[in-house]
Amino acid sequence: MGRKEKSSTVIVRLIIAVIIAIYVLFPFYLVVINSCKTTNDITTNPIGLNGVSFSQLIKNLVDVINNTHFLFWDAFTCSVVITFLSLVFLAVFGGMAGWVICRNNKKKWAMAIYFTFIASMIIPFQVVMLPLIATFRDVGKFVGISMLQSIPGIVFAYCGFGGAMTVFILTGFIKGIPFDLEEAASIDGCAPEQIYFKVIFPLLKPVITTVTILNGMWIWNDYLLPSMMLGQNGRVKTLPVAVQAFVGSYVKEWNMILAAALLAIVPMIIIFLFAQKQIMSGMIEGAVKG
Amino acid sequence: MKELSTGKKTASIVCLIGGAALLAAALVLDITKSGAPYRGAFLVIGIIGILVGLFIFPTLKHHRTLMNIVFLFPLLFAFLVTVIIPLILGIRYSFTNWDGIRFTKEVGFENYAKMFQQPSFIWSILITFLFVVVNMIMVNLVAFLLALLCTSKIKGLGFFRASYFLPNLIGGIVLGYIWQFIFANVVTKLTTAVSGSRYSMLADTKTAFIAIIIVYVWQYAGYIMLIYITGLNTVPGDVLEAASIDGTTPSQTLFLIKIPMIAPTITICTFLTLTSAFKQFDVNLALTNGTGSVADFMGAYLTNGTEMLALNIYNTAVIKDNYALGEAKAVLFFIILAAVSILQVWVSNKKEVEL
Repeated sequence: MGRKEKSSTVIVRLIIAVIIAIYVLFPFYLVVINSCKTTNDITTNPIGLNGVSFSQLIKNLVDVINNTHFLFWDAFTCSVVITFLSLVFLAVFGGMAGWVICRNNKKKWAMAIYFTFIASMIIPFQVVMLPLIATFRDVGKFVGISMLQSIPGIVFAYCGFGGAMTVFILTGFIKGIPFDLEEAASIDGCAPEQIYFKVIFPLLKPVITTVTILNGMWIWNDYLLPSMMLGQNGRVKTLPVAVQAFVGSYVKEWNMILAAALLAIVPMIIIFLFAQKQIMSGMIEGAVKG
Repeated sequence: MKELSTGKKTASIVCLIGGAALLAAALVLDITKSGAPYRGAFLVIGIIGILVGLFIFPTLKHHRTLMNIVFLFPLLFAFLVTVIIPLILGIRYSFTNWDGIRFTKEVGFENYAKMFQQPSFIWSILITFLFVVVNMIMVNLVAFLLALLCTSKIKGLGFFRASYFLPNLIGGIVLGYIWQFIFANVVTKLTTAVSGSRYSMLADTKTAFIAIIIVYVWQYAGYIMLIYITGLNTVPGDVLEAASIDGTTPSQTLFLIKIPMIAPTITICTFLTLTSAFKQFDVNLALTNGTGSVADFMGAYLTNGTEMLALNIYNTAVIKDNYALGEAKAVLFFIILAAVSILQVWVSNKKEVEL
């Protein structure tokens, strides 16, 4: 930039940025310090550091983890398994579907599928959730696989709901891969499935990262779908559902509630610290393309 | 080579026949209602068997078609079962007296007529629209200012961007409870000191509504800021340089160059905030659970002062056990969102033509 900026305006900007950062991060500070207090200390002074002790934090955390409404380890394991499986299936099957759609983009059936996927992105969850539960209940009873209150059922649902956006973003990327590459492989005697797994899939790495971040943030934090499908008090539940069930059972014991919140947000923040750049750019790409 | 292909053929046929047999067995067990616990496993293994059989079936002529089917099937099947079928069923159920399990009669538009006779639902629609508009303006304004701040020359830019974005990582439920704590304990101390009596923002409908907006802006502005930063970075440096040589003031640069040049980004962000605000559920549930009294609205006393549409649908169906009415409200919700999306496509297409 041509203009030389005055150092005073730079300092003013820095001060504003710091003030906003304090405001934005203040809730996190409150969660951390109040997880280290007793209920009494919180009531007398929720902002200050008096009453903060590490042993109290451990005590609160142990109480929360052992709480029968929260069942932290169960919920944490379920959340990890559900998110992981959904992401793997979405990436693998989404890539396959996106590739088929892309390579048949002159055919009517492929375009019909593609536009159905895109159009379905405007469907709000509320309009399908009630019949979805009924359908899953009936199908589960009919075929003898429990679709509700089970991990396979919810992973299947996430594949269905995440499918549209995943295919949309992946198709956009695969369009840009030169077709010559596939022709060359085909001349070398590769069958279509070999072309996909050996040539195309390895090239999808950056876009699969994007899709995984977008879907991962959504699935990990999602509340409504797991609460409807898994129920509040089942053995299988995700972290947001567990937090909700826990708060419902513990009225206004804020040190416990905030300790539970701390447990729920720490995994996400740790991942963010390691993959800050990828997460932020993935979120941008998702917004601009979606 | 010949032997390999026959081996493949045998394997393929075994998979196909075995899969079909298992599938048929599972369906027979289902229909006869035998209740055998292994029938589910039969079904899944049967379907996988057929798919594997198709996948390795040695034919040159139809290979591509088979591959297309095998590749598309998993995601398309999940999509049909979880989205398309429930959508069709849902629209159909909204015209019946469905109770979540079955329906006994068609009621025509009765559910749709009924929801507009509920003052609480009309209230929900009104405050949802109010929320959407206020939220759209606030989030975009704050996010744009943050983006300007984060594209100027200051130290520690990376840190500021990351920390402004941080709230977006956390789910609405957890966030809602954290802020419920802040409003109930921290903000109350301030408001009590100012007003002299104990006063909580969440207890009064109007201030509780403002509280939801504060939380939502806090959560969402950092994300929209990132998109604006990307937009601002696409403004070419030589244009800005030329402008500064011509002696433009910073505000002229902002209003005459930067804002017109990032118009597409503004469109994206506007609609992103619109649709996400419409769908807002988690924060609403965790922060106020829709409570708040309204003394007199259309002649009725309301207790759902801060209940937005999404939460109203959930409460109607799941809490008040009125599934058909809830589904009808959901269909209306769907129509509103579809209208917003069509408007978005129309606006962006029109802009592209102009450019």
